[in-house]
Amino acid sequence: MRIAVSAMGRDLDADLDPRFGRAMYFLILDPNGTIEEVIENSTNMNAMKGAGIQAGKILADKKVDVLLTGHCGPNAFKALNAAGIKVAVELSGTVREALERFKRTDVKFAGGPNVEGHW
Amino acid sequence: MVIAIASGKGGTGKTTVATSLASVLGPNGRLLDCDVEEPNCHIFMNPELDTSVAVNLPVPVVDMEKCSLCGKCGEVCRFSAIVLIGDEVLTFPEMCHGCGGCSLLCPEKAIAEGSRLLGVVETGYSGAVEFVQGRLRVGEAMSPPLIKAVKEKIDPEKINILDAPPGASCPVITTVKGADFILMVTEPTPFGLHDLRIAVEAVSVLGAAMGVILNRSDIGTGDVERYCKERSLPLLMKIPHDRTIAEGYARGELLIDAAPQYRERFVDLSAHIAELVRQPGESYVEAAS
Repeated sequence: MRIAVSAMGRDLDADLDPRFGRAMYFLILDPNGTIEEVIENSTNMNAMKGAGIQAGKILADKKVDVLLTGHCGPNAFKALNAAGIKVAVELSGTVREALERFKRTDVKFAGGPNVEGHW
Repeated sequence: MVIAIASGKGGTGKTTVATSLASVLGPNGRLLDCDVEEPNCHIFMNPELDTSVAVNLPVPVVDMEKCSLCGKCGEVCRFSAIVLIGDEVLTFPEMCHGCGGCSLLCPEKAIAEGSRLLGVVETGYSGAVEFVQGRLRVGEAMSPPLIKAVKEKIDPEKINILDAPPGASCPVITTVKGADFILMVTEPTPFGLHDLRIAVEAVSVLGAAMGVILNRSDIGTGDVERYCKERSLPLLMKIPHDRTIAEGYARGELLIDAAPQYRERFVDLSAHIAELVRQPGESYVEAAS
């Protein structure tokens, strides 16, 4: 299973970035917390529009199964949903804490966007 | 001739100036309200509108039977309006700018043109003055293509008055582009000056002749006038802060009806602008108030 976390830094102790589309980084982890890949999201962070869609495409192309994040808007959700990526929202703290919560199944999976577009 | 009325700051009197200027031109004038997000010239002109034409933007519709999942459509789109996700091509019609790049590049010819309604262009008459306005569909975010549709109604045989939206972004540039003259309406406040500067900088690359009208000219500071002198922008009219004018405006009356002494001044204004278009380069002119 490949787990993506929106993050403000490159390691497990970095804070989770509450923004999905404009997150600074995506860390791709296995369930044991091994970092398989660090993706810089700078292009989307500064995008005028469509950041959520493009971020969703990145994770789809990376064959991610689950996303742990804070907020997910309608276009991002549509893209993630099409890719079959489950989206856990309203997470905070560090990447490590988010992963632990996910492993305890103490996360809320979104059935739709949890914020408006351009949040 | 095309005269675009712009301002930078909102609420400075663009519509007040545009409607009175168009009205004094009579059958030689045509007023085009390009502030399609909230057109308001009609409130003062009371036109009889007899046509309303829908304006659409082409958006992609993908035939997944033909699609080979190459992803070229998504790569060319700058606005993420179309994107290949897994084995599906998703479209986001509200993000689309209608450039047609995706369907052009699709090797399988799998992308057809759908459409998204942008709004309507309405035409009619207000007395002898021809009247055109665009109305953006509620919920639509993209106004420039509708503004272009309004501008297709420009009649080169007439004096076309374009009422621009406030600001200095795409809708304003779309409106004033191609105008022979850009008339900036501002007020002598720090806000008026700040936004005037931005608007003047933004449109000066278009190379059109420009002039300024100072509304509520007896309030605020002298900084706008100093700026006009520095930039050699002719100051074409001053309109003082006058209760009679404000009351007329609140009743939906034209400035030239609420304060009839302005009728002659607007006739002079149109002549002055025509002169400046013929002979550009006139420097700062002190306007009588």
